[in-house]
Amino acid sequence: MIENNEAVMESKQYIVVKIDSEQYGIDIGYVDNIVRMQRITRVPKAQPYFEGVINLRGEVIPVMSMRKKFELEPDVITNKTRIIIIKTEQQALIGIQVDEVKEVVTLDGSEVEKMAYDKNREEQNGFLTGIGKHGDELISLLNINAVISEDI
Amino acid sequence: MDVSQYLEIFIDETKEHLQSLSDHFMILEKEPENSDTINEIFRAAHTLKGMAGTMGYKRMQRLTHDMEDVFSEIRSGNMKVTADLVDILFRCLDALEAYLDNIMNSADEGTEDNEDIIKLLNDTLKGNPAAEGEKTETAGEQKEAESSDSSDDNEEKRKYRQFQYAEFEKNAIKEAKEQNKNIIAATIYVQESCLLKAARAFLVFKELEGLGEVIKSDPSVQDIEDEKFELDFSIALITDADEEKVQKAILSVSEIDKVYSEKLDANTLFQTQEEPEVKEETKEEEKPAAAPAAKAAEPKKAPSKAVGSKPVINRSVRVDIEKLDDLMNQVSELIIAKNGLVSVSENDSNTNSQSFTEQIEYLERITTNLHESVMKVRMVPIESVVNRFPRMIRDLSKKLGKPMELYMSGEDTELDRTVIDEIGDPLMHLLRNSADHGLESAERRKELGKPEKGSVFLDAYQDGNNVVIEVRDDGAGIDVEKVRDKAIEKGTITAEQAETMEDKDIIDLLFMPSFSTAEKITDVSGRGVGLDVVKSKIEGLGGDIEVRTKKNEGSTFTIRLPLTLAIIQALMIELGEEKYAIPLNSIQTIEDVTPEDIKYVRTKEVINLRGMVIPLVRLYDILDCPPREEESENLTVVIVSKGDKQAGLVVDNLIGQQEIVIKPLGKYINIEKMISGATILGDGEVALILDANALV
Repeated sequence: MIENNEAVMESKQYIVVKIDSEQYGIDIGYVDNIVRMQRITRVPKAQPYFEGVINLRGEVIPVMSMRKKFELEPDVITNKTRIIIIKTEQQALIGIQVDEVKEVVTLDGSEVEKMAYDKNREEQNGFLTGIGKHGDELISLLNINAVISEDI
Repeated sequence: MDVSQYLEIFIDETKEHLQSLSDHFMILEKEPENSDTINEIFRAAHTLKGMAGTMGYKRMQRLTHDMEDVFSEIRSGNMKVTADLVDILFRCLDALEAYLDNIMNSADEGTEDNEDIIKLLNDTLKGNPAAEGEKTETAGEQKEAESSDSSDDNEEKRKYRQFQYAEFEKNAIKEAKEQNKNIIAATIYVQESCLLKAARAFLVFKELEGLGEVIKSDPSVQDIEDEKFELDFSIALITDADEEKVQKAILSVSEIDKVYSEKLDANTLFQTQEEPEVKEETKEEEKPAAAPAAKAAEPKKAPSKAVGSKPVINRSVRVDIEKLDDLMNQVSELIIAKNGLVSVSENDSNTNSQSFTEQIEYLERITTNLHESVMKVRMVPIESVVNRFPRMIRDLSKKLGKPMELYMSGEDTELDRTVIDEIGDPLMHLLRNSADHGLESAERRKELGKPEKGSVFLDAYQDGNNVVIEVRDDGAGIDVEKVRDKAIEKGTITAEQAETMEDKDIIDLLFMPSFSTAEKITDVSGRGVGLDVVKSKIEGLGGDIEVRTKKNEGSTFTIRLPLTLAIIQALMIELGEEKYAIPLNSIQTIEDVTPEDIKYVRTKEVINLRGMVIPLVRLYDILDCPPREEESENLTVVIVSKGDKQAGLVVDNLIGQQEIVIKPLGKYINIEKMISGATILGDGEVALILDANALV
């Protein structure tokens, strides 16, 4: 569905989150829920960027730290810290922990600058699909599938 | 007529009949004269033929028709069952199973005509001089009897005349007579094309009950409801209405072919009653002497009797497993909610009134019972998996040229449906293994002074919260030296390692991927895929497998499976700030250990507990718990076991026993084998479940 939208350059909604000093946009289509920080149960020997698992309405859901994934400074939990529950294309849920959720913005296709549109270089795109311009702020648009997948 | 909606029923029933055929062929092979078995086979073949015909599976119908012909001959005593015939019959069975497979995959029986088998069957018939002439005749006769051809409206059609009235029924009839009521007996024939016979019969009964009281039916009402009748059933009715009215009422139900009815007179009824009873007795006496002949003389009765002797197993409803899963999930939610209430009541002193606690305990009891009931619904006897094995061993015996016999016990042991679906292949693997590698050739067995016929045992039984399935043979046992050499040769272990390894560990190497000791690769086993697959499958089901072996006495593979997969009793423990659950079924005891009790063997910590040397596992270190300041002097050790191996898990604190719901950890996150899942505690916190098997 994402690809189609890209083709017609339609406007899309993004949830803007803050991680460290940067702003990132998450396609709202992937977002199932946003929950406040809660107790996370550590899972021994899991991948280092996983904080652990939480209980979301009776389901056990793994939570990863974006800071750890991006190899930034360690998390400082404040009362602005949120866990964004992402519903992936395989219908599985995964939480990502961010410093702050700021707002929801609508970005027109023309406001988005693609990161290396070249399909062949898909792998090198890394975690971003593009950069959105909202007013005079820049928002890095996250490639959710890349973020949650193992390899990168 | 569109029959696709009946496909599922057809498949289910065909499966049952094929299994029944298979079972009876096995019996037939041993007791070729067993007339009950012959009748049962005839009946199954006949039913299959009818069902296949209705569904339009012509090839299947043809094959079963020919089988039926052969058995018709055998039944009438014109033919004897030979070993060759049994082989042909097993081929028939395979062919039928192939048809069924095709039907299950594509709703079509496929194009295989199985001409060769049909030819074999016909040759068997021709080989029998009396057969050919009579063949068409018997087939014709059969048809006649079944389709209730109106041409002969004779005694045989009026089956109600064969009624045997019990004392209370006689009394009811007498009473009715005194009250000037009519006693009307009828035999009702359902149309051959009728697909919902039981429903039609039910409607007939409903109509009749509107008129009076049905005092007798044959087959019994239960059997009729379960569709355990061919095309006809008979009833006796006490009513104010006259015969004509009863006839009309019955015929008002659609798909009823014919009704034969009669107004009975109580006096004459009981006089004639005596006679058939005597007859029946003499027949019973004749039976052992001239079994086939006697059976042939009462072809109609024998099958129905066989049906009657079957245990009543059909008080059941078929339910989609998904619905059960939903139910199970909801019960799980309920248990989590209950645990929440419990923890609230424990922590909040305001609510801690006596009645509140009582209600919580009540709720706890109910949820536990509910859980048990739902689990029971999901339980299936292991029989449905193992009943194909006798046949398999028989075939293997022929193929390998080794005489062997399979002895099974505990087929009624029940397991969760999901486990049942998965356990078949591993068991088959183990049995094949035993048959192929385990048992020696007949000559070798003779040399060793063993009976020439090898024995393979399959025993299932429940052991606490586990179900144990043992596959045992009285063969050569596992040659430890051979395994050792092979392991070194394959580079699985080094020669030095081999030196220090105990026999038991060597045998465990068999479960490593691509490890097969069979010298020659046979069709049956020995391709090196096997035991490792068996092991991983069983571990996937939350179970484990062990081998014990003794040279020249045989080997035993013991599979241990949890009874339930979703909800278990567990001991909650604390490690620093973190909580973990240890399944109760793997816990043996809990011990307090002083530092002096700890000994070292090869630099590993062990304790000596009542003569057993048990290695200690420091969970705190293994689970990378965050460092802590102090450690208490004395250790709390949870002794867990896996088979006859034990380990002591060192924990900080015991919290208590709790019923927990196992939840998967979700995709994406990699988990170690020692964590088997997670659970949600009463306060909403997630705790991880430790797999004791991986820690031992």
